[in-house]
Amino acid sequence: MILKHRKRAKQSHSLVGNTISIALLVILGAFMGLPLVLAVCNSLKPLEELFIFPPRFFVRNPSFKNFHDIFVLMSESWVPFTRYIFNTNFITIVGTLGHLFVASLCAYPLAKHRFPGRNFIFWLIVTALMFSNHVTAIPNYLIMSRLNWLDNYLSLIVPAIVKPMGLFLMKQFMEQVPDSLIEAAKIDGASEFKIFSRIVMPSVKPAWLTLIIFCFQDLWNLQGSNYIYSEDLKTLPYALSQISAAGISRAGATAAVAVIMMIVPITIFILCQSNIIETMVSSGIKE
Amino acid sequence: MEKEVQKEKTPMSVYTGYIKKRARLIGKDIIRHRVSYLFMLPYCLLFTVFILAPVLISIGLSFTYFNILEKPRFVGWQNYVDLFFADEVFLTAIKNTFLFAIVTGPIGYFMALFIAWMINDIRNKKVRAFMTLLFYAPTISGQAYVVWKYIFSSDTYGFANAWLMKLGITFSPHLWFEDQKYIVPILIIVVLWMSMGTGFLSFIAGLQNVDQSLYEAGYMDGIKNRFQELWYITLPSMKPQLMFGAVMTITSSFAIHEQLAALAGFPSVNYAAHTVVSHLVDYGNIRFEMGYASAIATLLFIVMVLCNKGIQAVLRKVGQ
Repeated sequence: MILKHRKRAKQSHSLVGNTISIALLVILGAFMGLPLVLAVCNSLKPLEELFIFPPRFFVRNPSFKNFHDIFVLMSESWVPFTRYIFNTNFITIVGTLGHLFVASLCAYPLAKHRFPGRNFIFWLIVTALMFSNHVTAIPNYLIMSRLNWLDNYLSLIVPAIVKPMGLFLMKQFMEQVPDSLIEAAKIDGASEFKIFSRIVMPSVKPAWLTLIIFCFQDLWNLQGSNYIYSEDLKTLPYALSQISAAGISRAGATAAVAVIMMIVPITIFILCQSNIIETMVSSGIKE
Repeated sequence: MEKEVQKEKTPMSVYTGYIKKRARLIGKDIIRHRVSYLFMLPYCLLFTVFILAPVLISIGLSFTYFNILEKPRFVGWQNYVDLFFADEVFLTAIKNTFLFAIVTGPIGYFMALFIAWMINDIRNKKVRAFMTLLFYAPTISGQAYVVWKYIFSSDTYGFANAWLMKLGITFSPHLWFEDQKYIVPILIIVVLWMSMGTGFLSFIAGLQNVDQSLYEAGYMDGIKNRFQELWYITLPSMKPQLMFGAVMTITSSFAIHEQLAALAGFPSVNYAAHTVVSHLVDYGNIRFEMGYASAIATLLFIVMVLCNKGIQAVLRKVGQ
């Protein structure tokens, strides 16, 4: 059925137009993709291939020496490398789960209940989409120091929990859950929390997968050097950025770090792409 | 009963009585919906402490001199006056921010829309998914943008220099990130490279969900080519996604800083890549002049919100 529609929708599309659009996609796609391919190639190049004139795009003698170097370098630091990995994983997992729980909990009444102040709260959240982190950075630091959360995982986890984007997407998607489903559960005597956990949440699976991915990406790349001072609490991106800070002699290891940091979010995106697209359908801001 | 008699005495008491009645009604409403509020409590609490309060504190601090060690001292509009009349670097930063925002914002936005539109025409589902990934990958690949430092390396090992020399266009390597002439154009390319963002995904999703029967109706009404189709059918039906994409683009294009600092250095040569956020980071994280930095943050915030309002007014006219 959908296929038939798709074919009909092509009536207005000429062959010339299609050719031009494919050519444009290939050119723009090369612009997007080649630097990433180069990043991967660079990470596999031994040092003598990285500094060669004329430079080569593809790697001749691929080796994992650069990746091996990272482990050697990290094993020399006085905090074991696994500690950084644990820190980033801990922050990412707790932050993502906390965000998912708190944001969905708030999204449910916003999407399905009518009560005074509802429109105002939602307007506030849409406006908050426009605040960049930089605007709130200084007061946030002061608040963290008042709460005694500096040099503590909490200073990285809590701000991630409260990101307005996740709540916004969740609320928009929950609106599509049919009211009749909720009504039926109410008649059966289910409590609001039961409706939320047993009916609404299972039917918005694409939305929470999307939330997990967006939150995960933010936290996975978080350096958090403003809030964390103790070496044994520092994150993986922070530790790895120390490697690149050493400059040209570590060019190979730097390239390997970039690849390690990009592989995880890209893999997760590939696995969940269809769910994300499904969620983004309802991402629009209506007036 | 007694109360009602009292109320009729003066018009004022009638009025207060009305307010009391309203307040009681609203109070009842709140009690009736207590479960809804309970659900929202954790988020709203955190939202107030970590988003709302910081914005208000930032506005408050912008009228003070504050260095973290001493108590904030009220200085009135002094910070704002200094920003515009005594701080040449800030004026450069404004100029650069608007340059980046005006060039990369609209180009990035339309590129995302255009690419999403072309991807949507691909019929093979696997290819479509691959293309979406290809264009979105630079945005989520963390610090992979450092590869541009390698492409535009100042020595002959960089691709740009090596090719230009090989082709005989130049005879000595260009100092890409040290020469003011080249810094901004190269950085614009890098910013565009990673500008697809969340808005792009929203466009892809919006395009997939345009009601196909609208197209058929369109052909009946005499729509001839794909651009008419885009303007009269596709764009109007994905207006909400266009709004969302605009908000995301504006927020990110006014907050450009990390990529620039990583590639062109911080501070960059003669402040050529110094944006308002760079200035904010400079005063907030390095000089600890928090009052001054808060004034910068407040201005940035106001410009972002105004810009959003303006763009939304424009987007309302799409397809009319």
